[in-house]
Amino acid sequence: METLAALGHGFAVALLPYNLMWCAVGVTVGTAIGVLPGIGPALTVALLLPVTYGLEPTSAFIMFCGIFYGAMYGGSTTSILLNTPGESGSIVTAIDGHAMARQGRGAQALATAAIGSFIAGTFGTLALTFVAPLMVKLALLFGPAEYFALMVLALTTVTAVLGDSLARGLASLFLGLAFGLVGIDMQTGQARLAFGVPELLDGIDTVVVAVGLFAVGETLYNAARFRFESEEILALKGSKWLRSEDWSRSWRPWLRGTAIGFPIGALPAGGSEIPTFLSYLMEKRLARKPEEFGRGAIEAVAGPEAANNASAAGVLAPLLALGLPTSATAAIMLAAFQQYGLQPGPTLFDTSPELVWGMIASLYVGNVLLLALNLPLAGVWVKLLAAPRPWLYAGILVFATLGTYTLNNNVVDLVILWAVGFLGFGMRVLNVPVAPCVVGLILGPMMEQHFRRALAISQGDLSVFVTHPIAAGLLIVAVALALGPFILRRRQRRASAG
Amino acid sequence: MSFLSMKRFQRALTLGALVAATLTQPALAEMKGLEIIAPASPGGGWDQHARAAQQVLQNQGLASGVQVSNIPGAGGTIGLAQFVTAKRRNPAILVGGQIMLGAILTNKSAVTLDQVTPLARLTGEYTVLAVPADSPLKSFDDLIAKFKADPGSVSWGGGSAGGSDQILASLIAKAVGVSPSKVNYIATAGGGELLASALGGHLTLAMGGYSEFQPQFQAGKLRALAVSSPSRALDADTPTLKEKGVDIEFANWRGMFMPATLKPADKKAYDETIKKMVESDEWRQLLKQRGWVSLYQGADDFAAFLAREKQDVAAVLSDLGLAK
Repeated sequence: METLAALGHGFAVALLPYNLMWCAVGVTVGTAIGVLPGIGPALTVALLLPVTYGLEPTSAFIMFCGIFYGAMYGGSTTSILLNTPGESGSIVTAIDGHAMARQGRGAQALATAAIGSFIAGTFGTLALTFVAPLMVKLALLFGPAEYFALMVLALTTVTAVLGDSLARGLASLFLGLAFGLVGIDMQTGQARLAFGVPELLDGIDTVVVAVGLFAVGETLYNAARFRFESEEILALKGSKWLRSEDWSRSWRPWLRGTAIGFPIGALPAGGSEIPTFLSYLMEKRLARKPEEFGRGAIEAVAGPEAANNASAAGVLAPLLALGLPTSATAAIMLAAFQQYGLQPGPTLFDTSPELVWGMIASLYVGNVLLLALNLPLAGVWVKLLAAPRPWLYAGILVFATLGTYTLNNNVVDLVILWAVGFLGFGMRVLNVPVAPCVVGLILGPMMEQHFRRALAISQGDLSVFVTHPIAAGLLIVAVALALGPFILRRRQRRASAG
Repeated sequence: MSFLSMKRFQRALTLGALVAATLTQPALAEMKGLEIIAPASPGGGWDQHARAAQQVLQNQGLASGVQVSNIPGAGGTIGLAQFVTAKRRNPAILVGGQIMLGAILTNKSAVTLDQVTPLARLTGEYTVLAVPADSPLKSFDDLIAKFKADPGSVSWGGGSAGGSDQILASLIAKAVGVSPSKVNYIATAGGGELLASALGGHLTLAMGGYSEFQPQFQAGKLRALAVSSPSRALDADTPTLKEKGVDIEFANWRGMFMPATLKPADKKAYDETIKKMVESDEWRQLLKQRGWVSLYQGADDFAAFLAREKQDVAAVLSDLGLAK
């Protein structure tokens, strides 16, 4: 009850016209930067920090939170329409979202993403309001062994994106794992596969590879076929509203994505990609038509989009409850707190209740504003696809190149982008799926680091992975998910044979 | 020199430089359109220093149109390499720090700090050794006893391999008579990830900047065993390493650099400007808010300090086998 009263007071603060204005500014700016690949919420908040010095801290944080949530909404737009994920959390959305867009269902994909984001954002904020301390307690139970097990579980996602040929899928996965090895090894500080190029020392950025494979590779492939077999891209087929079938196929993924996203977002080393992978895998396993996955299944957009927004709410849990920044944006917000002489952490709720509750209440308000902003925009955005194909292709390539450059202000990234782009073109020609490569690139390095940390702490004792109950549990689920379908299929075959 | 004559002096410098610019090459003496380069992603210490300097320089009227750019990567060596090779019209300052010294050696960077002009050391952070509140290790002596008995059983969590935290861990090991190569050092991404591992009890101890850990000490979730500062000024309850018989004073410092092509007259002017910045009330207040300790040194002192620091870091890293 105490919480409700405090939240009520927070709403009174957040709904002041002045604060409402800053919230609107925040969500609009956030959506805009979400749409532009390369410029993330972290950089935006950092740029705005000196400007907001004169603002009331509450108003400034309401705006920052708007930017943070808004970027999560906007990130899906380019993924779906241009196959160009602006940040790692929306990579999975591109797989089926863009397929939907090509079939003239871009507006529906954007709508399910926006509504899913709204639902996830709202439930995530609810969870933040009521169970943040509990979540944080749970998150602290995760050590290297548990993280390793979680990464193994996420890696089983690869079985959902392998495609028709096991050999081709695995080749793609191992290519991704090899990309993941590039750079300084964290534990020993030694460079691997960097070939003396200093820009490779930090490894290859996952967004650069994803944009290279999805946007550049795919676009080159389509452009190459342009004269021979022209595939029709429809801007809009039929209504731009969600059909009742879309609703019934979307609502469960929204809720499941939220349930996966929030707790993983609260994990200090969880990352925004992991919940989207797990959500994709889960939806494919539960779908009535799993064969549609990869070819424009609406569940595959609804679930992961909800998951990445819920994880954004999750990130705020350890930040507010403990002062632990678990993402670049959270680190900047921590710096912003300090700019105002506030120290996030166990004492913040007592020392500045108006700020904390005003900020939490503004997240609810921001979510409503974002839905109101993004739903009508969906119909506008899809008009982009009505552009003549050569323009569209050129536009995607320019956009992908510019976005990659702004990521690190680094020319070497452009070389990598285009090398990976041509590689993606080759893979597309040879019918090798590209998604396993991205999964391997993202998960490989994290898995390796946590595995080695766990073994270093246990001094080489492998039993840590089975004696820690959470780790053991996650590993069992992973094995069941990876082998389950094969065993089931074999049984079915035997049954039909006998 | 009074403020007025200083201004006049700067104006004269500017005028001289303008004339020189039309005759020879781009001007450097005016802090107009100053670019501050943070060789790290937004949010980290270097980025925050760059933005703090931007704010104070502009508000104090010491510079105008100041821009901050981030060139992250490889412990700051990518930003350093770009800083050294880029041709610019406007003056530029590179923010950097101790981690860069280590990274240059471990990454075998082609560009080193010999190719830039040290401008000022700004701040530093003293490192604290912390354990979870429920750890059986009650004091620094307990820790060292356990470490001496079985070095591998103590996991030291900290930032990147070869960075400040690992260097300090090696120095402590050496001081208590254990080979630095026996330190079971667990490199993390630092920040929230390290703190969470420490709070969750997954590591024996965590090392990091005092201000980063302070809220957890106040909340009673972590316990500070020792701090690398020269005195107990930061925290009256936590002993210094020196008090504990480990003769080490260690700060993760941050400073500013300018291009090597800087002319002596310009260097003097910029040195004065930065001095004014750190002496302003606004800067002092900012340090207090962020928990940074001022370790200001002007250009000449900083250059001398840097020469010593380079040798020390190189010695530790070669002990660890991370650099030749």
